[in-house]
Amino acid sequence: MSSGHPGLTNDFQEKGSPFNWSAENVKEIEIIKSKYPIERVQSAVMPLLYLAQKQNDNWLSSECIEKISETLNMPKIRVAEVASFYSMFNLKPVGKNLIQICRTSPCWLRGSNKITSTICNSTKCDINQTSDDGLFTVVEVECLGACSNGPMIQINDDFYEDLNEKNTKEIIENIKNNKPNKVGSQTGRSSSENAE
Amino acid sequence: MLNKEDKIFTNLHGFEDPFLQGALKRGIWSNTKEILKKEPNEIIDLVKASQLRGRGGAGFSTGLKWSFMPKDTGKQHYLVVNADESEPGTCKDREMIRNDPHMLIEGCLIASYAIQATKCYIYIRGEYFFEYEQLEKAIKEAYDKNFVGKNACGSDFDFDIYVHRGAGAYICGEETALLESLEGKKGQPRLKPPFPAGAGLYGMPTTINNVESIAVVPTILRRGSEWFKNFGSENNTGTKVYCISGNVNNPCTVEEEMGIPLKELIEKYAGGVQGGWDNLLAIVPGGSSTPLLPKHICETVKMNFDDLKANGSGLGTAGVIVVNKDFDIAEVIERFSHFYKHESCGQCTPCREGTGWMHRMMQKLIRGDISPEQLELLENVTKQIEGHTICALGDAAAWPIQGLIKNFKNELLSRYEENRKIS
Repeated sequence: MSSGHPGLTNDFQEKGSPFNWSAENVKEIEIIKSKYPIERVQSAVMPLLYLAQKQNDNWLSSECIEKISETLNMPKIRVAEVASFYSMFNLKPVGKNLIQICRTSPCWLRGSNKITSTICNSTKCDINQTSDDGLFTVVEVECLGACSNGPMIQINDDFYEDLNEKNTKEIIENIKNNKPNKVGSQTGRSSSENAE
Repeated sequence: MLNKEDKIFTNLHGFEDPFLQGALKRGIWSNTKEILKKEPNEIIDLVKASQLRGRGGAGFSTGLKWSFMPKDTGKQHYLVVNADESEPGTCKDREMIRNDPHMLIEGCLIASYAIQATKCYIYIRGEYFFEYEQLEKAIKEAYDKNFVGKNACGSDFDFDIYVHRGAGAYICGEETALLESLEGKKGQPRLKPPFPAGAGLYGMPTTINNVESIAVVPTILRRGSEWFKNFGSENNTGTKVYCISGNVNNPCTVEEEMGIPLKELIEKYAGGVQGGWDNLLAIVPGGSSTPLLPKHICETVKMNFDDLKANGSGLGTAGVIVVNKDFDIAEVIERFSHFYKHESCGQCTPCREGTGWMHRMMQKLIRGDISPEQLELLENVTKQIEGHTICALGDAAAWPIQGLIKNFKNELLSRYEENRKIS
């Protein structure tokens, strides 16, 4: 599969099939739009990008962009520039589990390099690659804002914190074996209280 | 040491129920209606009198900021809460949002009333998905109880509150970039003036405050400005949530008095430096953009706005990043440079080109490939970027490098000499 961070590209890809909102999302869109002044409906573009991404296997195809442009009655280029500006909008297909490894100094000082190599070994993915079975995409990202719980990673929507090589490997193995993982601190902390 | 009964964030770490029942037990929403009987100006004056300074990094007086909002314009006013916590080393707002969301929501109501904003948006960073869900759940509870909504808390004040998710752009923590993002655009900072108080969200009068600044307001009003001023020192008052990360034995977030000595903070709460205090190399005291402090300053410096400034750094977000002698301080800063290069929005040339250039120089610096002249050039360029961009990201990218060169110049120069000997 292709390489490169899926959220940091400006190349839009076609999926080859039309994108239509699910019935559930049609309702959700009305709720989202009601949060903003009627004449300022463009504010709903980011929530709608999230909605489309979720419906479309965690990435945004050109067809998704077109549909949002139509739904919000705004030029396609305005939707596209927002989608490409923000790194959390994936502009190409990603694996079922998008693993984002924090590389910034606070995590690095606590061994994020080891976490990266553990993940790359366990998933058989290099950074910015998707595994052949489509189970994982691995990327390195900038600070995710859980510095007192570093090193940490995010897999899809969930944070995994207080990592070491052993518990990181277990998390990946659990995913491979379809076993549930405990989200948050892996060393039993409630949040970021002193561990003592 | 801050007594337990003087803590504002009594559920910072989520040991108790974060939602309605727990919040009510903690006294949140207890007499909100009474507070809202005060005139808006009275509330602003009380917050001013507490000397609360913004907790998002700049440290501007919160009450004074509110007083900039125009009166009787007939326009829609907005309160926008900046929960786009992204400054490396900072993870405090996250704890407040996920573990005590009602405290923030109550603060939003009171602050909005003070600036006569009937609508409030909380802009939360996209990665904080769990925190977003916690907040949405708490807002729903607050609507169900009519703590917010029409006639909020029986006060005759109509108030709506919404959450808007960001999507992975650090720059949206800059207040005008945040507004652009909220309006459905790329998050690129606006030229000021006009300032948001005059023309902010959708061109309307807007105040933007950090999560912590808003969350402490109800407690200040309940316990009094004088109570808040008991902690810390003149113009550096109150309690503060500190985040401690990096080379300490027990990284944590903790609420303590404003102005606690940095050394005490680390030894008492974070289990000390890994390898002992003498193994300390440097500390970045207030999030990645604040210049590092060498060990001798860390011995005595106090964690407040003025003392850190006097020592060549700043309180910033109070994200304390500890670096010990087992790590290369140049690489710590190089990683920050990579961060700022990655997060530059690309609008201003000095930042867009400068952050990339500085990062490349920092990579060479780590390897010892920078001559004394080039080091001087690097320092010079940081000063040309600083102050020459629309927003402070250029400054934020320049300061860590300046701090490194200022405090470790000899080490960096000898690195070059060593490298030359080898090659």
